[in-house]
Amino acid sequence: MEQETPAASPPWHEVVRAALTRNEFRLVTYVPDNVLRPLIDSLAADPFFTVFATTREEEAVGITAGAWMGGLRGVVLMQTSGFATLPNVLASLAVPFQIPIVMFVSERGTLGEFNLGQALVARTMRPVLDALAIEHHTCTRLDELDFIVDRTLRQAVATQASATLILSPLLTGGKVFKP
Amino acid sequence: MTEPATRALANTKTMYRADITRRLVALLDRDEAVIGGIGNTNFDLWAAGPRRQNFYMLGSMGLACPIALGVAIAQPHRHVVALEGDGSLLMQLGALATIAARAPRNLTIVVMDNRAYQITGAQPTATAFAADLVEAARGLGIARSHWAADEADFERLVRVARSDGGPSLIGVRLDNQPPAGQTERDPAQIRDRFMRGIGTRPPHPA
Repeated sequence: MEQETPAASPPWHEVVRAALTRNEFRLVTYVPDNVLRPLIDSLAADPFFTVFATTREEEAVGITAGAWMGGLRGVVLMQTSGFATLPNVLASLAVPFQIPIVMFVSERGTLGEFNLGQALVARTMRPVLDALAIEHHTCTRLDELDFIVDRTLRQAVATQASATLILSPLLTGGKVFKP
Repeated sequence: MTEPATRALANTKTMYRADITRRLVALLDRDEAVIGGIGNTNFDLWAAGPRRQNFYMLGSMGLACPIALGVAIAQPHRHVVALEGDGSLLMQLGALATIAARAPRNLTIVVMDNRAYQITGAQPTATAFAADLVEAARGLGIARSHWAADEADFERLVRVARSDGGPSLIGVRLDNQPPAGQTERDPAQIRDRFMRGIGTRPPHPA
């Protein structure tokens, strides 16, 4: 169900990799997710990036904050339920210290979710981001993806503000129930 | 049942956090970065005197080690010290496993273990009972993990950690004396001063 890739256009994960490279975001930490797998594999195979898993999402935010203060740009990859563990670290570290944490969240809980726990967790995500005044975009279309990712990375650096890019099932195909 | 903890602590002196922190800071003569976890650990780092290479957390309990790991990855030629309390470290033990997996050569963790959540009324932490954080760190893969026997041993362990080529953890058993000061809570200034202190940005003009 992944969006049709026109012959001239690379798949979504390659668009993200190209934008990260162009903007020199070299550090990638994540708690894995099936939908993110092609992105994680692609980044891990590219020696430009340092890519590793953490035990919790807030740990990844801490590492990314330290790296940014040390002069190394990074992003954090997670799924919706992982984002739900982050309000404290965003409100007490990323936002008040003006440390730009760019988060890529693969969206579960909508457009064909089969796990009610995921569906409810997903509904807490945008209200939390709005309450913290963290900019967020939902990426649904391949033809808009490079513009959204590239501009978001630039703005995060220039304004020292965190941002979240939500990767919709419309873009990635999402995760579907297999009986 | 609690034998490992008893054995590990048998020869460790109970020390004073403000004194240990001052001894640590006095040894840092190569612009080492220091990440202060929250609470009294943080306050005593502040009270040990101004250093532009110090970062002071204000919340995000448990994240001193991850922040220090991020700095250590970004600046592999600078040594980085994480100061963390026992309650804080217990909240984020997985961070030690991640550090062991990355094995940075330039990272030292100092655990200030007073066996209590001192700042909230001295409620006992798990280390007041059976938990041993040095043993836990070894189990999670940080082989260079030791209790400091006394102040001189602490200083020796810091010197070894700084030159030993691998992540290290030093446990310090503490008494219950209050902190010697209180950190100024201005997050943007703390972050900016730290970034200039470790060379990410140029020093402030005048």
